[in-house]
Amino acid sequence: MNFDYNEEQRLLADSVRRFFAKDYSFEARRKIVASEEGWSPSVWATLTEMGLTGLPFSPDYGGYGGGAVDLMGVMEAAGDALLVEPYLATVGLGAQCVVRAGSEAQKQAILPAVVEGKLKMAFAHTEKGARYNLAKVEAQAKKSGGAWEITGEKLVVLGAPMADLLVVSARTDKGLSMFLVQKNAVQVKAYVTLDERRTGDVVLTATPGELLGAEGGALPVIEEVIDYAIALICAEAVGAMKFACDTTLAYLKTRQQFGVPIGAFQALQHRMVDMYVSYEQAKSMACLAASKVDAQGDAKDRARSVSAAKIKIADNCRHVSQEAIQLHGGMGMTEELKVSHTFRRLTMIAQQFGDAEHHLARFAELERSSGAGLS
Amino acid sequence: MDLNYSQEESAFRDEVRAWLKAHLPQDLRDKVSNYVQLGREDLLRWHKILARKGWVAPAWPKEYGGTDWNVVQRYIFEEECGLAGAPPLIPFGLAMCGPVLLRFGTEAQKQRFLPGIYNGEVFWCQGYSEPGSGSDLASLKTKAERARDEKLGDHYIVNGQKTWTTLGHFADWIFCLVRTDAGLSKRQEGISFLLIDMQTPGITVRPLTLMDGGREVNEVFFDDVKVPVANLVYEEGKGWTVAKYLLGYERMNTGRLGASKRELAKLKAFAGQQQGDDGKPLLENPRFRDKLTRVEIELLALEITNLRFLDQMRRSGQPPGADVSMLKIKGTEIQQTLAELMMQAEDPGAQEGFIGLAKRYCNMRKTTIYAGSNEIQRNIIAKMTLGL
Repeated sequence: MNFDYNEEQRLLADSVRRFFAKDYSFEARRKIVASEEGWSPSVWATLTEMGLTGLPFSPDYGGYGGGAVDLMGVMEAAGDALLVEPYLATVGLGAQCVVRAGSEAQKQAILPAVVEGKLKMAFAHTEKGARYNLAKVEAQAKKSGGAWEITGEKLVVLGAPMADLLVVSARTDKGLSMFLVQKNAVQVKAYVTLDERRTGDVVLTATPGELLGAEGGALPVIEEVIDYAIALICAEAVGAMKFACDTTLAYLKTRQQFGVPIGAFQALQHRMVDMYVSYEQAKSMACLAASKVDAQGDAKDRARSVSAAKIKIADNCRHVSQEAIQLHGGMGMTEELKVSHTFRRLTMIAQQFGDAEHHLARFAELERSSGAGLS
Repeated sequence: MDLNYSQEESAFRDEVRAWLKAHLPQDLRDKVSNYVQLGREDLLRWHKILARKGWVAPAWPKEYGGTDWNVVQRYIFEEECGLAGAPPLIPFGLAMCGPVLLRFGTEAQKQRFLPGIYNGEVFWCQGYSEPGSGSDLASLKTKAERARDEKLGDHYIVNGQKTWTTLGHFADWIFCLVRTDAGLSKRQEGISFLLIDMQTPGITVRPLTLMDGGREVNEVFFDDVKVPVANLVYEEGKGWTVAKYLLGYERMNTGRLGASKRELAKLKAFAGQQQGDDGKPLLENPRFRDKLTRVEIELLALEITNLRFLDQMRRSGQPPGADVSMLKIKGTEIQQTLAELMMQAEDPGAQEGFIGLAKRYCNMRKTTIYAGSNEIQRNIIAKMTLGL
């Protein structure tokens, strides 16, 4: 049993934090978000230089062979800084599909480019009315003269506007499958989400694609990739919650009313304590999720733990973010304070890849089908 | 990062588990499982079994019978005892008076009192709270005045009242905080820590029946009770130092993880047998199921948080900080929720079963009040951890 980050993990997290503190201040980020592209190629270049785009990939492809636990410190720092660059979309989603399903040739073609920061990816999966149901896909892939063509519409594709390569899910006669699709071959309706990330709806009309993984065998891979991404956003949530707690605590100590700092009031002290308790619990569950996706064990056990983590993280994202705003009073409502942007990200994390209710149902179903208990 | 126990830790857990399986008497296990209130002999019987094994006071120094286990092993032991359904070890002697004597007692006091505590021959209770002094312990008024007579020599005469004295009706001895000097400006000064034989003339124990009908707590009245000066622990007027040391101890094991895990498993099995309105198992009713899953996940989060703190303690060699208060807050909330869901799961038409579970629900409301109410725990975190 050991909950510490090792030396390498600590050093990496520290250097990422230092970089964000220097070059990704709230002001710097505000400019990036307001820019036309909505992300910063120079920040991306630095993330690449620091080795972050190669962190979870095998040395065979130029990576560092890290796991989700190795990414935790990075994601916590990203949550603190409210990073909007397509790190999760590329490293946590798109490329993970390739890692798990790709042929050797596909891996060789894609992963080194991802590691070098030259290739940004996105995972085009969600469709209208699917909500959080990963199996509900209606996009069709048909073979036409030996090549696949995909037709369908994908919604809220994180990082789609700046991606180079998409992983697209679609049905064939054999069932749910995944395809590699060049971004410039699709139509992207770009927009900004509540948490200030560039996202888009993707339209495919007989768009050429390359089969990724076994035809009809995509669902377990997609579930595994989404569980991996959940583990990453759990860690990101921990970083964002830590910021929300720390900044609220600092506010309680400085804001004066009735001649005293408002932190002198017990009504507020107890709420502040409960925020920290929520943060600590979230941290515990993020450790659980990351360890389980790294363990490569039984898929049901992994899914059960990840859902458990997401339920708690979702609940605590809501709790911490709502209380942070309330304790800041009117100031917390304004765009001027970073905490209101943290609120927006925590609100999105709570529902990204399934809200608490979705994962409560999944958890219960997994337990029912396996007869597992808490051991 | 590795959330699993090491091989040695797993082996230790297996050893404890196997031993409990062989040595925890079935009738005691059944009583605990069926929420039967345990009597003095039940509690001491289990205490003595553990004492003979040498496992009754793991945290004590080795020369006094401690086990030399590290914090993780101690945690595993406690959790396994809870999981197995072992009777609780009453903390007043083992986890309170004993550690106080080890830290502050004279050699004579150690020799006189520690063996009885260790072997379960003497039942101790705690005399802290008073009718006017609950969370605000330093406001206590029970008075001890120095006197001298030929028979007793130097002694104190104690007058006043203690309350919420848990299992005081079983106790042979009580350790008390009393005021030996009332004239001081700081209320924390002038308090002393006294050991008092419950058989001393002038002591009256009156039960306080709780809302579930059970007898756990008492009022203890002191009317000119004579206590030899030899029973003073540490210096006169320095009782607050002793009390503070003890409060740190009291908060060590309040998560009750093992017992809550056992309750959760029981609740699942029970809800699987109970029928919902639609005739299907209640366990499959989504509204009930969600509540159950949420408490299960609270328990999981508490368990990992607990392990994280233990890992930190082991690494730093530091005693637990104020964050341990968090374990008390969450642990007791979970205990209460489990008791409430158990009551809710029972068929309301089966009043015989229902009333037992409802009484337990009533009883468990105490957990967020005792051992430093959860609001006091929040005050501790606010002050010590957050600097508010």
